[in-house]
Amino acid sequence: MAESAAVEFRIDRRSGVATYLQIVQQTKQALRLGVLEPGDRLPTAREVVEATAINPNTVLKAYRELEREGLVEARRGLGTFVRRTLGSAAVTTDPPLRAELAEWTRRARAAGLDRDDVHALFTDVLDSTFKGDQH
Amino acid sequence: MTGAAIEANGLGMTYGRKRGWALRDCSFRLPAGRICALVGPNGAGKSTLLSLAAGLLRPAEGSVRVLGSTPAEARPRIAYVSQDKPLYPQLTVADTLWAGAELNPATWDRAAADRIAGPLPQDAKVRALSGGQRTRLALALALGKRPELMLLDELMADLDPLARHQLMGLLMAEAAEHGTTIVMSSHILTELEGSCDYLLFVDGGRVRLGGESDDIVAAHALVTGQARDLAPHTVVESRTTGRQLTALVRREGPLDDTVWDVTEPSLEELLLAHLRSPEAPPLLTPSAHARQEVAAV
Repeated sequence: MAESAAVEFRIDRRSGVATYLQIVQQTKQALRLGVLEPGDRLPTAREVVEATAINPNTVLKAYRELEREGLVEARRGLGTFVRRTLGSAAVTTDPPLRAELAEWTRRARAAGLDRDDVHALFTDVLDSTFKGDQH
Repeated sequence: MTGAAIEANGLGMTYGRKRGWALRDCSFRLPAGRICALVGPNGAGKSTLLSLAAGLLRPAEGSVRVLGSTPAEARPRIAYVSQDKPLYPQLTVADTLWAGAELNPATWDRAAADRIAGPLPQDAKVRALSGGQRTRLALALALGKRPELMLLDELMADLDPLARHQLMGLLMAEAAEHGTTIVMSSHILTELEGSCDYLLFVDGGRVRLGGESDDIVAAHALVTGQARDLAPHTVVESRTTGRQLTALVRREGPLDDTVWDVTEPSLEELLLAHLRSPEAPPLLTPSAHARQEVAAV
């Protein structure tokens, strides 16, 4: 193995989310945040199960799902590699959007909203804006 | 990997007429390449089943085939670690590993054995080791043999949580790399749940549930709603409080979720419900059915 893997997975057995889905979601999150980039190698099934003690087939199932969505590709004998990134690059590379949100959050706080209020409001707007979209 | 790692037909075992049957009418199939949790309460027949598969006991009735042959013929390809981890107390750790290499010249994988036994004091005598250290040494021997099938009886019982996680990780890594079939028994399901993809639930000397864990869970549902008839579904367990009925059922066709609140049970809920309802019929998924059922009659 030439290079070490770019990420590692944390499995929470009490979360109620299927283990393979946790791997899928964590990979997507890493893609969105730019932690994983095209060309990066995902850890091998052996590496994942040695660190987490989960079943090898669970890892393979997660990787098949990511492959089906076109996010990664398996190269025989080499490993599983990231094909493309997820979401718009704006998440990490567009400071204006982030700055606007930070400014809005500051105003919300000044208006007397606490953390939970802000969270509830934001989630509500998020839900109505993206209503009907596939998640 | 389409072969069977273990196939039992009408398997039965008794340790003497007065003591009744430790195992009876056991018919099931474990496909190769699976990691199987063998679960059940104390005295359910788990250890008996593993000893029969390892060829250490001769069945009183029926038969068991392992990796396509008799347990005796398959022995070089099996690693079996019994509950009491028998090792030679007067040998040192290094001697024990040397013996493992000498006794398995064709297949011995020193690196695999060392990965497990590395942290042990190599010059210490086995009798001076703690329970957890003995477990580590026994597992090192089993993995060093590079078997196709591992039978591990209550292996993790005397390990601390950290060692348990680490050894389970190493076991899973071996399985990922070599496609090893592993059967692990325990009466604590949560110890095995995340690592296993196959389930054999033994209770009262019989196999009551067998197959892919996901499929077994999906075959059942937890329903709550107004008390009414649950037919055609098979009721494993049900409870009525006032007008509300809570039941664990085995689906026979779709469940009407306009009438019932339907959720998927956890594997643990499923096993507990079966333990409380000994009369619930057994369930084997298609891959867990023994192929020569005729022979079992």
